[in-house]
Formats: sequence, C-alpha cells, structure tokens
Amino acid sequence: MRRALDILILLAGLLFAWQTTFWLFGDLAITPPAETATRAIQMLGSERFWPELMETAHAFTVALVLAMLSGLSLGLILGFHRLSGEVCEPILSALYSIPKVTLYPIVLLIFGIGLSAKIAFGAIHGIVPIVIFTMDAVRNIRPVYVKTGRVYHLGAMSMARTILVPAVLPEIITGLRVGFALTLIGTLIGEMFGALSGVGFVLMRAIGLHDVKTIMAITLMLVVFAALANTLLLGIDRRVHHGAATQGS
Amino acid sequence: MGSRVNVLRCAVVASGFLLVEGLAHIGMIPRVMMIPPSEMTVALVRLLVSGTMNAHIALTLRNIGIALSSAIVLGFAAGATVHSLPRLRSILDPFFASYYSIPIFVFYPLFIVIFGMNSIPLIIMGFLSAVVAMIINTLNGLDRVPRVFRKTTRVFQMNRFRTVCFVILPAAAAHIFTGVKLAVANAFIGVIAAEFILSGGGLGYQISFAYFAFDNKNMYALIALTLALVTVINLTLFAWEKRLLTRMGRR
Repeated sequence: MRRALDILILLAGLLFAWQTTFWLFGDLAITPPAETATRAIQMLGSERFWPELMETAHAFTVALVLAMLSGLSLGLILGFHRLSGEVCEPILSALYSIPKVTLYPIVLLIFGIGLSAKIAFGAIHGIVPIVIFTMDAVRNIRPVYVKTGRVYHLGAMSMARTILVPAVLPEIITGLRVGFALTLIGTLIGEMFGALSGVGFVLMRAIGLHDVKTIMAITLMLVVFAALANTLLLGIDRRVHHGAATQGS
Repeated sequence: MGSRVNVLRCAVVASGFLLVEGLAHIGMIPRVMMIPPSEMTVALVRLLVSGTMNAHIALTLRNIGIALSSAIVLGFAAGATVHSLPRLRSILDPFFASYYSIPIFVFYPLFIVIFGMNSIPLIIMGFLSAVVAMIINTLNGLDRVPRVFRKTTRVFQMNRFRTVCFVILPAAAAHIFTGVKLAVANAFIGVIAAEFILSGGGLGYQISFAYFAFDNKNMYALIALTLALVTVINLTLFAWEKRLLTRMGRR
C-alpha cells in the first residue's frame, strides 16, 4: 500500500517537473505531458508507425538472445575456470566502460547499414554485463554448498539442478536485467545512426525536422517501456534474491 | 600467482592485436573495413604530432572534467541528503533503480533546443550519465557503515563533524570510490556519445566526421586514442579500487 503511494508521489513529482520545464522553456523545446501522451497514443494507433516498431522489436529480440546466449556461456566458462576469469576480469571491466558509440563506424563498415548492424550494436552493449555478472555468480558459489552435495553423493545432473543453478540464478538474473537495458539502448543508438527504419530512425528523422511533438512522444514511449520492463525484471530479481537469502539463513 | 596472471593477461591482449594485424595484412580484413593496428598507431602518432586535434581533445576533456566534477560533488551531496531522509529515499528508490535502463540520450535533442549547440548540452549529458551512479554508490556506502561505528562515536562523545570526517567517510570510502569510478566511465560515455550524435567539436565529433569523409586512417587513429585514454584511466581506477577494498577487508 505504502509502496504504491510512494510510486504515485514519484510519478506526480516527475510530471510536475516536466510541466514546469514546459512553462519555463515553452513549446520550442518540449511539449507538455498531456499533449505528448495524446501524440504517443495517436502514433501507436497509426499504421505507418507499427512496421517501425516491429522492426525495432525484431532487432532488439535477436540482439538480446545473442547477448544472453554468448554472455551466459562465456560467463560460465570464465567463472568455472578460475585462471581465465582472473586474466579476463580487468579486460572485461575495461570493455564495459569504453564509449561503445565510437565503435559504431567499425560495426557499420563490417555489417553495412541495416538490420545486422543494429543487432550487432545491441548485442555488444548487452553482452559484457551479462558475462561479468554470470562470472561473479559462479565464482561466489560458497564451497560448502558443493561439499554438501558431495556428501549426499549427488550426480553431475542433480548437483547442477539442486545446488549450482539455484546458487547462481539470482546474480545471473541481475546481469540479464542490466543486459536487457543496455541491449535496448544499443539497438536504439544503432538505429539512430545506421538504419533506414525502426524507432531510432524515426526519432533521428524527427530531430532533423525539429518535430518536437514526435521527439517527445517517442521519448515518452521509450522511457515508459524501459521503466516498465525494468520494474518487471527488478520484481523477479528481488523475489529470486529474497528466496536465496531466506534459504541461506 | 599475481605476476603469472599479469603475463597471461598481456599475452591475451597482445595476441588479439596480432591476430587483427595478421588478418589485415593477409587481406582477410579488407582495408576499407579496418586498417592494421600498426598503421592506426602510426596515424595516431602523426595526428598527435601535427597538433591538429589538440583543440578538440582539450575541448572533450574539459567538458568531461566539468561534467564529472559536478556529478561527483552534487551526487555525493544528494546521496548524503537522501540517506538522511528515509521517506524521500523510499520514494526515489524506483527512480534510481530504473534510471540506467532508460536511454537518456533521447533527451539530448531537447537540451540542444533549450541551450543551443554549444558545450552546455554535452556537459549536461555527461553529468546526467554520471550523477546517479555517484548517488547510488554514496547511499550504498553509507548503508554499509556498521552500526557499531556510530555507537562508538557516541560513546566517545564525538561531535557531528568529527564523526563524519573520521568515522563515517573512511568506512564508506571504498563504496564511494566505486561511485567515482563508475561516474568517470559514464561521464566519458555521455559526453563522447553526445558529441558523436550531434555537436560542433570534440573527439566524438571528429570520429563521426572522419567516418562520413571515408577517412579511415584518422577515424581509426581517433577511435584508438579515445579507447586507449578511457582504458588507461579505468584500469588505474580499477586497481585503486581493488587496493581500497582489500585494505577495508583487512581492517
């Protein structure tokens, strides 16, 4: 109950800040909340916008699957093989913090303008956090869990199912949540520079035309989608972490 | 053990470069796609010696510096304030948790319209990318100060100022430093990405300019410069952070 109230207060505060910014800077820079929402709903209802949305959804899904599969497998290898993990950790940390936009020309030169460039760009944003979180999750499995499993003479399969997976799952889910957000950002940036379709492309075109209404409407859609997806994943994340904590104590 | 890991690490990085170098020389990587790393280095040295990029490099670093220092100072102040107001904190919690999942660069065009095509929107982008990492880690650090420390300060009847300076801050230092490290990385990403998207100068602008001019030599030299700069800074901070954390662990 109280949490719902908190979220309402937060939303009201954000809307108030938005409206105030509008009063301060006028309609040259931004459109007010009500007008933006109307425009967003109108765009979502129009037939011209849906193909762009589907295009972005397609690129994002493929990028996410790629980032998850390769991130998880690399993370597992680096986690279980301690030496390679230690060798790669600072390299990963460095990769995580480089401005990946600067790699964009390279991605475009390799893949050309189009779907594969967006996918590649989304995936390279998402993969690193997934690797890092998975690796840390595996490394931090408490040895006593594995020892207990051995005491019970568990086979490889049941060891994985009853001990290893539950032990690493919470951290991996956190990694997937971060990876999800970054893959979305990567895919959108990819569309803004190197695509002729998709939501990012429509946004870039609106920027070029100085179509403030459309810029604001797309911004609103993206922010709402990202925040909702994150809240959902965060809910799962917290539940899994909580479960792990109660089992651990 | 430690030195062996270092040797292996260097070997991994070096073999990566050698692989690209070799593939570029035998033509597996076409020249229009990527020039060999050795040529990038030569082009970079030439670029730096000629001095044509100095103004752009200085501009980018200045903007990052302003964004970063204000993000660290204001982020720390905001974190400390929010920490002392639990009600406000529980309201803002979902905001902090979702912040980095939102592509904040979509706000960049708005700042250009409001402030014009100058350094201000770039600095704001760097600031916005960095500040929340600083707030979150300040909160995190202050949370982890053991309660017994605060009790001890009360036993010794220390005043507020001494409590903060000699007990709270040193105890939270490692986590706050993690915030600084992330703020540095994010400020670089924010400013350079914004320059790349739309601006009139700076490293990101020059990279995109060289790309559209099919000037692969300068483009790769500038990409190499940017990545090398960011990597050196980050690895230094990473090493400091590790040292801080081990020192905290030993105490």
